[in-house]
Amino acid sequence: MANAIDISHLKYSYPEATKPALNDVSFVVPAGEWWAIIGHNGSGKSTLAKNINGLLAPESGSVTVAGMPLTEQTVWDIRAKVGIVFQNPDNQFVGATVADDVAFGLENRAVPRDEMLTRVHDALVAVNMQDFATREPARLSGGQKQRVAIAGIVAQRPDIIILDEATSMLDPAGRLEIIDLIKQLRQQQSLTVLSITHDIDEAAGADHVLLLDDGQVKEIGTPAEIFQHGEALLQLGLDVPYPEKLKNALAKRGVHMPAGYLDEEGLAKALWTLHSTM
Amino acid sequence: MDITFDHVSFTYQAGTPFAGDGLKDISTTIKGGDYTAIIGHTGSGKSTLLQHLNALLKPTSGTVTIGDREITPETNNKNLKPLRQKVGMVFQFAENQLFEQTVERDIAFGPMNFGVPEKDAKALAAQMVKLVGLPDDILQQSPFDLSGGQMRRVAIAGVLAMQPEILVLDEPTAGLDPAGRLEMMTMFKKLHDEQGLTIVLVTHQMDDVADYADRVLVMEHGALVRQGTPREIFADPDWLRQKQLGLPKTTAFAERLQKLGFTFDQMPLTASELADDLMPQIGGGDRG
Repeated sequence: MANAIDISHLKYSYPEATKPALNDVSFVVPAGEWWAIIGHNGSGKSTLAKNINGLLAPESGSVTVAGMPLTEQTVWDIRAKVGIVFQNPDNQFVGATVADDVAFGLENRAVPRDEMLTRVHDALVAVNMQDFATREPARLSGGQKQRVAIAGIVAQRPDIIILDEATSMLDPAGRLEIIDLIKQLRQQQSLTVLSITHDIDEAAGADHVLLLDDGQVKEIGTPAEIFQHGEALLQLGLDVPYPEKLKNALAKRGVHMPAGYLDEEGLAKALWTLHSTM
Repeated sequence: MDITFDHVSFTYQAGTPFAGDGLKDISTTIKGGDYTAIIGHTGSGKSTLLQHLNALLKPTSGTVTIGDREITPETNNKNLKPLRQKVGMVFQFAENQLFEQTVERDIAFGPMNFGVPEKDAKALAAQMVKLVGLPDDILQQSPFDLSGGQMRRVAIAGVLAMQPEILVLDEPTAGLDPAGRLEMMTMFKKLHDEQGLTIVLVTHQMDDVADYADRVLVMEHGALVRQGTPREIFADPDWLRQKQLGLPKTTAFAERLQKLGFTFDQMPLTASELADDLMPQIGGGDRG
């Protein structure tokens, strides 16, 4: 399987909206890659996610997931391949215990009981929540809740996982915890990851960044290519990366650092070079 | 108007087998006119502390003095209204509290509840909408047709319409995009600088603490473990890491530069402070 997601000229409008939420969106995500989808609030990011797993049906254009064109016939097969983790961990629990909750999706798919028990256990081990199997989801921390939500998805053995601002309601420690977990899972289970995010650190770790602006693809590039937009990033839905902020502050004082994007390590080295050649 | 905590402890579900410590022996003063940040790991007691600022919770022992009003374990729940008017609370995801048919009625609801005549309350609504940076014509719209960021501003306007002296903000920018976050934080700074509002901010964003706060309270396991200026608090990175708290981006980057051999008399908190500190060390300024 070469491409996890192949979207061509996708257009989608909400009923009664004056302009389309997505317009002529085309891109291809090779299997196994990590993509960050960025854009300001209302740019169409979540609408895009819902078009990928068939929660919304495109007005025109095509969506192909794991080699299958998305149609009424394939939508259930495609949903089995794509798991979405949403923003608010409190909105996605149905089970009375952590294990029940993880099993819910499998029950829906009529997975035999023996296999279900194994898969629930394996999924909880994968997210390091096996000790919490009999606990009540409501009593967990935000990071732990998102772990359980991810376990529910892992148990279904998807090819693609979509994070829809899945870390935005967590504290910094919880945020790191979830990103590290997804990185691990991606390696172990060769997952393709699509992460809708405003978090610059999360976007920095992606293979590619797709920038949406008013429902259109504005740019696709590596994080370094996107980050060199500097202060304009704020209008595009991301924070300005810290090295760019410091470069600006230095430029105001007449010191010009090398053009192009530098990460923190690169900037530290460049500053040290200046220091050493004083 | 100051708020003073004198040996305040609070126990959840006191006297039951489920009793749990919420606050342990807190003594501090939040000075009128200050911008105070409260930081601490999830579950450290920040929200419990906030709820003592307008007597939503009463101490299990100790005294909270809010202006000239003393709140003790024996205080009864009557006559707390004037207090609640003076201390405005903006809870997390404040937009969830909107309920009226129009923005105007939603903002006017609070003041009318406190006895302000309808006409005056509507005038207040118009004034507050401006203060939070929304256009006038939004007043007659349904709050539910607005974007998330606008809805949150309406909710904040509703709190401001009660003309509080102290504005308490519990993670007010959670879930907003970076541009929305910056706008919101700039708005609070203006309210503090221009309207003289006392601000109490609970946050996980250490950059906001460095950029805006005069004082910082650090909570852990229900106790106040340190208080000081942002500079004093962020001067001890190892201690903060122990408490699972981060550093402002500038301070973290300065630490990295220190390891390379740069020196700082005191740890910088903002990009422009760091740029100033770096100038003499990278031959800036005298190169022309």
